[in-house]
Amino acid sequence: MIEVIDSERCTACDICVNVCPTNVFDKTDGIPVIARQSDCQTCFLCELYCPEDALFVSPFAEAPQTVDVAALKEAAMLGSYRRAVGWTDENRHLRAADRSYRLFGH
Amino acid sequence: MTNSSGRAEKLSSSAGSIVFDADVLVLGGGPAGTWAAISAAEHGARVVLADKGFCGTSGATAAAGTGVWYVDPVPERREAAMASREKLGGYLQDRRWMARVLDQTYAQSNQLAEWGYPYPADEDGKPQRNSLQGPEYMRLMRKRTKQAGVTILDHSPALELLVDGNGVVAGAAGLRRQKGDRWAVNAKAVVIATGGCAFLSKTLGSNVLTGDGYLLAAEAGAEFTSMEFSNAYAISPAFGSVTKTLFYSWASFTDEQGSVIPGASSKGGRSVIARALRKGPVYAQLDQAQAETQRHMRASQPNFFLPFDRTGIDPFTERFPITLRLEGTVRGTGGLRIVDDSCATTVPGLYAAGDAATRELICGGFTGSGSHNAAWAMSSGYWAGQGAAEFARQLGTTIGRQAFRRGTVGLRSGSGQPMHGGALARSVQDEVFPYELNYFREAGRLGDSLRRLDGLWSEASNAAASDEQELLRAREAAAMLATARWMYRSALARQESRGMHRRDDYPEPDDRYLHLVTTGGLDDVWTSARPLVSAQYSEAAE
Repeated sequence: MIEVIDSERCTACDICVNVCPTNVFDKTDGIPVIARQSDCQTCFLCELYCPEDALFVSPFAEAPQTVDVAALKEAAMLGSYRRAVGWTDENRHLRAADRSYRLFGH
Repeated sequence: MTNSSGRAEKLSSSAGSIVFDADVLVLGGGPAGTWAAISAAEHGARVVLADKGFCGTSGATAAAGTGVWYVDPVPERREAAMASREKLGGYLQDRRWMARVLDQTYAQSNQLAEWGYPYPADEDGKPQRNSLQGPEYMRLMRKRTKQAGVTILDHSPALELLVDGNGVVAGAAGLRRQKGDRWAVNAKAVVIATGGCAFLSKTLGSNVLTGDGYLLAAEAGAEFTSMEFSNAYAISPAFGSVTKTLFYSWASFTDEQGSVIPGASSKGGRSVIARALRKGPVYAQLDQAQAETQRHMRASQPNFFLPFDRTGIDPFTERFPITLRLEGTVRGTGGLRIVDDSCATTVPGLYAAGDAATRELICGGFTGSGSHNAAWAMSSGYWAGQGAAEFARQLGTTIGRQAFRRGTVGLRSGSGQPMHGGALARSVQDEVFPYELNYFREAGRLGDSLRRLDGLWSEASNAAASDEQELLRAREAAAMLATARWMYRSALARQESRGMHRRDDYPEPDDRYLHLVTTGGLDDVWTSARPLVSAQYSEAAE
């Protein structure tokens, strides 16, 4: 489930509010809030669309978790999915890295 | 068409509601919906697309990676591709439809390449087009949908269809959940592309898929087919949401004590896993994947590794607990019945595409991988959009046509009973999640479950959502409930095991059931048998 909107990185662009398919976030006068955490389906797409790497989705789909934001930043966990699929300038080559054709038919 | 700009027209925008006039309204913005919208626009229609969530992230595809049934147009390869599926699907497929889906998918995949989808190339430089990365694919589809002149309404779930005095579909109405108001679209044809129903099981990306389109189509009189093929379960880590069953073909499965579970497998042994899960925890470890395969997995499906990397588990060297999550009709093959090549339903002006439509035509009673589902979404989306645009053109002017709201359960109540969507959804889950009810079916258990589900329906149909906030949840829960009743009524009617439908009391296929099961109805759910197209041909030849 979504656990973190990092206030140091978030620029209040509200992209996450728009792109979340299950409408978990709400806009505010400042940065968005996680308004309906239990509706989160743990699809990681808000993280992928966040241009500031300000979001963190915990892999635990059924229950909220306590997370240590400083440790996550230290381990470069914020934005790790975005980098892996090539949605950052430095990693664009990974958009065509799909090797499923080597895995099908196993 | 009348509007020279080619765009749907905003008729009014007053406090509390917004009204559009369009030729074609598409409900759902996943692959099927976006292809339908683009196709309808290409065929001259003014199009509105309304998605419950966000077109581009909504649905089972956007969050995942999917294979695509992309086969080079070499006759032997096409023949092999079709033949390989027939036994699995219980011989219920239609060869003519398989061939046209292969043709259409090939053309549309090549179109995606022209649009700039970053397909990989193999070591020899040959492009590989049998797989799509969900986020990349759906981001591109949103862009192309907008470029086609389609008006997209995000966070705009449909609540009910509008139907004219002759029973012809005339649009739909719904909520704009982030604006707190209502929308209505007057349209000459509607495409249902709202996906299947996965019962809020948290299988990856599927919690928007609650069968909403089924319910509103049923309220307009639409029929369903193959709803007994609705008990697909996918493997995921017990704590997580990422289902990628393909990768578990490199797994070994063990019990609490670490002993290998005999016969457990992702393919052909998933029922063994389900039986083991009834007794205790089951663990998997992808220990059969060599280093090169591990690298390909990471490159192909980065999100598969998020649950592991973020919990410090190495899935190749450590075992982790797994579960089976219900995918319902998202991976099952049941859905709205298609009556012609344009993906029309039994209701005039109403078309269906993707998982909302039956996939029996190409898959029969079983879908293993996502590749047929992706191929079907593209192809049926394209045809439904074209069919809807053509229907709209032939209908001509609809000025002065009266439209009536067809929504029932949850929307208007005579009794004033409040309806609690959350509680109702949990009650439905209690009937469809348990393996002993849905995975392994039996007449007595199905009958008991149906009595409870029918009781829930009686209560729900006399109740209404207490307020605007509850409305969507109430309709979602009602759609799940209706879907469960079509599933189990159809499962009772098929007294044999075929495709993914397995009956403990009838463990073998029985040729007397080499037909399709149609179902429908809301207060009274009915089923009937329909002959296969191939049987109709042979009868005609006698």
